[in-house]
Amino acid sequence: MRMTYREAMRTALREALAADPRVFLMGEDVGRYGGAYAVSKGLLEQFGPDRVRDTPLSESAFVGAGIGAAVAGMRPIVEVMTVNFSLLALDQVVNTAATLRHMSGGQLSVPLVVRMATGAGRQVAAQHSHSLEGWYAHIPGIKVVAPATAHDARWMLPAALREPDPVFIFEHAMLYPEEGEVGDAPGPLPLFRAAIRRPGRDLTLIAHGGSVGKALAAAERLAREGIEAEVVDLRSLRPLDDATILESVRRCHRAVVIDEAWRTGSLAAEISSRIGEAAFFDLDAPVARVCSAEVPIPYPKHLEDAALPQPDGIYAAARGVLKPTAGVTV
Amino acid sequence: MATLDAPAVSPPQAAVAIDPPTARAWLGQMLLIRRFEEKAAELYSAGKIRGFLHLSIGEEAVSVAAIGALTERDNVVSTYREHGHALVRGVPPGAVMAELFGKANGSSRGRGGSMHIFDAGRRFYGGNAIVAGGLPLAVGLALADRLRQRDAITACLFGDGAVAEGEFHESLNLASLWRLPVLFLCENNYYAMGTALGRHQAETDISLKGAAYRIPSAAVDGMDLLATTAAVRQAVDQVRSDGGPVLLECRTYRFRAHSMYDPELYRSKEEIDQWKLRDPITLFRARIERDGILTGAELEALDREAREATDRAVAFAEAGEWEPVADLLKDVYAREPPCA
Repeated sequence: MRMTYREAMRTALREALAADPRVFLMGEDVGRYGGAYAVSKGLLEQFGPDRVRDTPLSESAFVGAGIGAAVAGMRPIVEVMTVNFSLLALDQVVNTAATLRHMSGGQLSVPLVVRMATGAGRQVAAQHSHSLEGWYAHIPGIKVVAPATAHDARWMLPAALREPDPVFIFEHAMLYPEEGEVGDAPGPLPLFRAAIRRPGRDLTLIAHGGSVGKALAAAERLAREGIEAEVVDLRSLRPLDDATILESVRRCHRAVVIDEAWRTGSLAAEISSRIGEAAFFDLDAPVARVCSAEVPIPYPKHLEDAALPQPDGIYAAARGVLKPTAGVTV
Repeated sequence: MATLDAPAVSPPQAAVAIDPPTARAWLGQMLLIRRFEEKAAELYSAGKIRGFLHLSIGEEAVSVAAIGALTERDNVVSTYREHGHALVRGVPPGAVMAELFGKANGSSRGRGGSMHIFDAGRRFYGGNAIVAGGLPLAVGLALADRLRQRDAITACLFGDGAVAEGEFHESLNLASLWRLPVLFLCENNYYAMGTALGRHQAETDISLKGAAYRIPSAAVDGMDLLATTAAVRQAVDQVRSDGGPVLLECRTYRFRAHSMYDPELYRSKEEIDQWKLRDPITLFRARIERDGILTGAELEALDREAREATDRAVAFAEAGEWEPVADLLKDVYAREPPCA
């Protein structure tokens, strides 16, 4: 069935609320407003204010309350409006959600799901546009996934709710209106495995979330020139699916990592380093990276576009690693 | 400077009766905390305990009154100065001491240490070393109880330092807005580490802060076990009957340094000595003696029992094993992720 990414996520939420009385949704404007990105529209009417809870603008308190409710055996889904706002809850994420199981010697579980929008592209400037999911992927004790397709938006949530540990779902804000095919079952791919979105043989493009579509666009252009790029959608940022990444790189011998975060200290750096550690002698060129320019995301369209990874830049980086004596970063 | 004036106290609504078994239990618990922590300090100097060790010596009446007013069904969220809370809650002294040692037979299998004592079976949810970090957790535990219509309250303990944090204000607002059964219990010992209350709070009467969130609030002399017991019982009853939160400020004082690293440059010996005149154990023992509730021999026996329980706890910790290094990554996740 074809539906938008937004509808897919809403379908998943509706199903989760209907299926399990332990599940409830809370966050800023998830109820009467219908969600800042209209994901939860209609859910308050269907499930009532106990299970679709509008919260005050208190990220730390309601993320922490989600942790407490999860510890007590509920299955809370907490929506944080954007990744930038989630920084106000980082204490609860890093110091509590990620630590309770270990610090208690295995006595406590935190089966919590936190969803939030990430990414740029809507001209909402430097406090609503960042891609900080890589920071979250740094933290042992939590798991991080990033659906790039409507199908994953539909099926990652139920899989996340079955996890006994905190799972963070990063939804790229530009994807909400994107339409895609949604299967009526999750499919064979487990939650923490990467997907090959386009098979190829000449190089591997590795991306996640909002960058997957851009990588596919670059691959189309390369295909018109006779180059077959394989596109790997990470899906899971923690744990990283090393096996799928390395298998592809060993087969294609060249790789470009695309990441909407800043290059310095990025997930792209981590992936590129893992490839270097494990597949160095399979590489025919240094791994290239396409990341955001190291600038707070600017407001005007032309500058925002210039700050972000784009298909042209991915194409150029791919062309770079395909040169006989390659070694460029774009 | 910390105020040494007699704190403004809400008069207890009902007198607390003390019969001999009650006196024995309460004094026994206070003495156990005192002797246990004195021994812990000694073992710290001996290198058996490392990291941070925060002692609650001087604050025992609050531990006994606060935890003693709860039932087994209630939840407890505590701070990094939590040995007393854990002991009164019934966490075995041996498991607490072994946790301080970092041994595998500790209450958190040694993973937490002094600041992170957990006991899920006793609904003791830590052991939180982020000041005010436990308050949102407490709100969530109470929310889960409310959603499942489980008849229980959550007692959330925190210090005066926590009151300056945003999480204090966010949590009080949320608990009141949603009418959740949380007892917010502030152990005001007049210092946020080394910063005196008057140097970190524009309003030093912490009990006044509940009003902004429409939370019924009171303050009590936390050195007086009977007054504190009466106040906590009243607060707990109110949380149970109203269903919403209550804020209770217990005014107390720690006689020891903030942690074992603290040279105490920020307060005078005279100030500490003045507070020691109101040692909660001395005050309670004097009351028991005055009223002839226990004999001198019985009082001696209680102290001996506390020392013996402490010695047994140390022996249990000494006998514990170190967790094998091969288990380092255990309990980061419920099970190993398929790939990392």
